[in-house]
Amino acid sequence: MDSFQQVLFKLKNYWSDRGAIVQEPYDLEVGAGTMAPETFLRVLGPKPYRVAYVQPSRRPADGRYGENPNRLYKHSQLQVILKPSPADVIDQYLASLEAIGIDLRKHDIKFEEDNWESPTLGAWGIGWQVMLDGLEITQFTYFQQCGGIDLDLVPAELTYGLERLTAFLQGKDSVYDIEWAPGVSYGDVRLADEVQFSVYNFEMADVATLWKLFELHEKECQRLLDAYKDYPDKKRFPVLPAYDQVLKCSHLFNLLDSRGAISVTERVGVIGRVRKLALGAAQCWVDQSGAEVVQ
Amino acid sequence: MSLPFLLEIGTEEVPDWMIAPALEHLQSLFQELLDQNRLSASVIGTDATPRRLVLRAEGLPVRQADSEELVSGPPKAAAFKDGQPTGAALGFARKMGVEVSALEVETTARGEYVCFRRKTAGRGTREILAAALPELILKIHFPKTMYWTGKGGPRFIRPIRWLVALLGDQIVPFEVAGVGSGDCTRGHRQLGDAGGTACATSVGQAVPPAKRDLTVTCASYEQVLKENFVLVSAAERRSRIEDGIAALGVKVKPDAALLDTLVYITEYPTPILGGFDPEFLKLPEEVLVTVMRHHQKYFSVEDAEGHLAPQFVAVMNTSADPEGLVRKGNERVLRARFNDARFFWNVDQRRKLADRVADLAHVTFQTKLGSYLDKTKRVVKLVRKLGGSPEALRAAELCKCDLTTDMVKELTELQGVMGGLYARAQGEPEEVWRAIYEHYKPAGMEDGIPATPVGRLVALGDKLDTLQGCFRVGLIPSGSRDPFALRRAAQGVVKILVEGKLSLPLGKLIGKDPALAEFFLDRIKYYFKDIRGFRYDEVNAVLAAGWDDLPDVESRLAAIQAVRPTEDFEPLAASFKRIENILKQAEIEVGQAPSAIDAALLEPGPEADLFQAFERLRRQVKRFRKKKEYQAALEAIASLRPRVDLFFDKVLVNAPDPQIRRNRLTLLHNLLKESSAIADFSEIVTSQVVRGDN
Repeated sequence: MDSFQQVLFKLKNYWSDRGAIVQEPYDLEVGAGTMAPETFLRVLGPKPYRVAYVQPSRRPADGRYGENPNRLYKHSQLQVILKPSPADVIDQYLASLEAIGIDLRKHDIKFEEDNWESPTLGAWGIGWQVMLDGLEITQFTYFQQCGGIDLDLVPAELTYGLERLTAFLQGKDSVYDIEWAPGVSYGDVRLADEVQFSVYNFEMADVATLWKLFELHEKECQRLLDAYKDYPDKKRFPVLPAYDQVLKCSHLFNLLDSRGAISVTERVGVIGRVRKLALGAAQCWVDQSGAEVVQ
Repeated sequence: MSLPFLLEIGTEEVPDWMIAPALEHLQSLFQELLDQNRLSASVIGTDATPRRLVLRAEGLPVRQADSEELVSGPPKAAAFKDGQPTGAALGFARKMGVEVSALEVETTARGEYVCFRRKTAGRGTREILAAALPELILKIHFPKTMYWTGKGGPRFIRPIRWLVALLGDQIVPFEVAGVGSGDCTRGHRQLGDAGGTACATSVGQAVPPAKRDLTVTCASYEQVLKENFVLVSAAERRSRIEDGIAALGVKVKPDAALLDTLVYITEYPTPILGGFDPEFLKLPEEVLVTVMRHHQKYFSVEDAEGHLAPQFVAVMNTSADPEGLVRKGNERVLRARFNDARFFWNVDQRRKLADRVADLAHVTFQTKLGSYLDKTKRVVKLVRKLGGSPEALRAAELCKCDLTTDMVKELTELQGVMGGLYARAQGEPEEVWRAIYEHYKPAGMEDGIPATPVGRLVALGDKLDTLQGCFRVGLIPSGSRDPFALRRAAQGVVKILVEGKLSLPLGKLIGKDPALAEFFLDRIKYYFKDIRGFRYDEVNAVLAAGWDDLPDVESRLAAIQAVRPTEDFEPLAASFKRIENILKQAEIEVGQAPSAIDAALLEPGPEADLFQAFERLRRQVKRFRKKKEYQAALEAIASLRPRVDLFFDKVLVNAPDPQIRRNRLTLLHNLLKESSAIADFSEIVTSQVVRGDN
């Protein structure tokens, strides 16, 4: 039986063997692997790209104080981007399941319609949830648009839910019982995070401070985006740092939301503010990628 | 000689609910293609699995019939001078690409003209199909499409990965989205790799034989796929599921929609039986069934007494589960889901619904219409206006609170139902919890209305508020776009009012918006015609006499339906139509207050007789109407028929004396007025010919 970390190693190796760059997680809080610049920005433009990384994904509202065996504030996604998607992408995906020891001939696999959309990122795609013996193990999406921009090459995005997948492989009913490494459970490693962040997110995060932070990051991002137009050497322009500010805003929005601090009337407006920044960063990225190098 | 044709569009998994309409469209597109090309087939049929759309035809000709057309040229007089061809004849021949000697002369109405009989050899069917199929395939309509080969590339529901196109034993060569047609299909994703063979395709290099590539012919197609665990026929998959369930020896809750879904998300369906801990049966049955049905696509199982059994039937997309791995996997998933549900049930109980009202400020109803707290306040107000009891007001106040519970956030299908269950658990009176439980009913035309009067009022308040609000901010359904399900809401209002026998003033409830009134009128017509089966002219006739009180509309309709077969009815309706025409010509509006009749001006005989008979009946009819005994009222009116007929036979309405004419018109007007409170008879389509008027 493979441990949690062995499953990760095997999947990373599998995609590494198929030409993917293996990245470490992005070092800012994100709600999903899609938001990391390795996906959000790299899917834009005409350059082919293949990358795989495990992204811890933080969703403050999903926290359950470690009491629910299947719900986590922070779960791990293996995010794989194949740009453009190869014609045998589904076969490659299925073979990755065999690589972690699932004998497909003995299991039931279904591809059920599930399209993905993120209004905050101006992104959407067409795809499925992949069901293994009735368990959703992967979200499979053909990106169509990102940052409000139609994509030149259509990437396939594979998002594996690693806790679920491992619980399935190990036959565990609770994610906390998963064996992370020999003799060490998932709960040993992560339970404290779940409890403490649930307390913080739901009970103690200071709303006024969060709003202040949100506004600071928003301002900093907008300042950078505004500066792009007149910046002489486009290649040097800090688009990536600007996008970091977008991620900060997005996470703060999620925190405020889990604190119940965003009213209905505000909500749409705040999503719109983050979206504007994300779209701005995407535009700069595309423009910058096509810009001439200044000698 | 005639040929069979096989087209298989191999795709990645197409959403189940889009398949049947797509096949229908594919078939009609193919029929059009044949028609446009003067081709015909003896049979055309379609079928599909999630990974292939298939069209088969029999009896196609090898080629089109040859055709002939006569192309007219210049007049003969201009084309030949003294038997010699002029420049005009030479030019025409050149244009036709022939010698002058090949031209003929035809005689037309305008004189003699030079012409050319152009013969075209019929094109080969294969060539025609090859040219037309790429466009035809991409034309198949799907509700949402994608591109996958790059920006600006072709769009389809999911990527096309292979194409089989065979006419007889020949490949019909074409290409769509970089995929060449060939004679090679693919079997089941996991199981279908028996006998990989080298396949031919029409473009590019020979494709090396790959796992799951299977050569087929028109004759072997279904069989080869069956050997590779694909049942192309949806009907066959359906019976495999049904037979498989029967073989499991359990009784499942019948669910046609679920069965349909399973037929179209599988290529080789096999049902298996799983179980769960009976301890979970302590959770509400609604929760268990919803989890199994909507989230896991399982059939739930009933015991001999019809109670939910701790079992389920899952349908796999594979041939068997000899080691029980799939069953164990599904059982584990269900256990996790049920554990979740139990967790939600317990956590949600920590805060009562009544304590959650303020939280609704954080749940959006619609951007322009505010939060569910705003909506709740409006619904309470409406329910009060409808005369709701304290229980109804309480239910209205609590009915949306379950939107803030974890259970409903997870199982959105259970909104309302969960609220009712929580309210019951929290000690709300039965009238209140039942009303909350049922306030989304009826979910469709087949669904029943809420069972209790309180539930009906809350359901009405909720739906009317949605309708008024959406119309106010311009969210009006158009065509197939109806994101807020307003048609269903209005239909629900109609159904509740009629079947709940609620004589509430609909006009007042709707408000002043003419668009909303129009929208309701459509729904009312639909309800009485399509759901209740009343004849369209009866519905039009009754609605023309008013539709403020829907149970009353129903009574009037029933009366007309009952009286209609009697012999006096249709002739009388024809007479009323005639009266209306006469009044129209005299520019008298129906509906004006009946003016008094001067009995002295009446001509003895048919006119006076009619008047007297009518006067006798009038009070009686009024009484019937007041008591809503419409059938009796109509029968009384119908009894006037012989006198009405006689009046029209013997009396000239348009008498020369204006006073007499006026008196006669008033008589007719009063007659019409009395009956038109029940229905506008001029809307009744009669077999009698209506004479224009005298």
